[in-house]
Amino acid sequence: MNPGDEFELKVTPDRYLTVRYAGASGDFNPIHIDEEFARQVGLPGRILHGLWTMAQVARAHTEALGGPDKLERLSVQFRGMGMLEQEIVVHGTVRDVDGDRAIVASEAKQGGKRIIRNGEAEIRVN
Amino acid sequence: MTVNTDAIGKTYEPTGYAVGREKIREYSVAVGETNPLHLDPQAARAGGFPDVVAPPMFAVVFSSRAITAPLFDPEVGIDFAHMIHGGQEFRWGPLVVAGDEINTRTTVQDVSERGGMGFYVFETVSENQRGETVCTGLWTNIVRTGQ
Repeated sequence: MNPGDEFELKVTPDRYLTVRYAGASGDFNPIHIDEEFARQVGLPGRILHGLWTMAQVARAHTEALGGPDKLERLSVQFRGMGMLEQEIVVHGTVRDVDGDRAIVASEAKQGGKRIIRNGEAEIRVN
Repeated sequence: MTVNTDAIGKTYEPTGYAVGREKIREYSVAVGETNPLHLDPQAARAGGFPDVVAPPMFAVVFSSRAITAPLFDPEVGIDFAHMIHGGQEFRWGPLVVAGDEINTRTTVQDVSERGGMGFYVFETVSENQRGETVCTGLWTNIVRTGQ
């Protein structure tokens, strides 16, 4: 692993993703699963769980960099709203490698909007 | 808005969570994991683990009840209708596997106000049955008012 190395993960959440993720995570906030409720509170429709999107950022790291035991820390900021049935692109860049630790910067974009920004991870190298 | 900072430092009763194989598989499928370590007990054993391995972000599942306490605590006083999840950090220790028993303690780390918005930062510390810290979470919630 070297500074400047990049990786990418593309994923399109299907129409029922938020229902499955609500069950899997226990987060049944209706803004994620009830179209009518979401519109009533001024959203364009059901929105993605931010922590599902963060899980895509985490998966991008573990798939590209050697498995779940390599990820020691991940921090992100959530911005805007993630929508169903639109492709999300996670992009990561290795910023620094120091001995057995690497620092990786990341973000997640959907339709040109950054829905996760300032992602920063610490990766165990070997 | 004026935030109430009295709750800073407040802690809550730990919540327990028994990690199940099928819950790990259900979660893994929902987040698109295809690594057999998360899905196939034989592959996990071949990798040196006693059972399927939780993806790192499974921390959300075993922390979820622990993070609910401060969100609905009147002393913290979050206006839930105007709350958004602003940021999240997890720091991981040893991997969690099916069969683990996880206890999570929550602390109100900070409450502050910037630009008319309230920032509420909660820390969760999750330990397994051997007393190892498997995950520390920092949950930043932002409450917008006056809109």
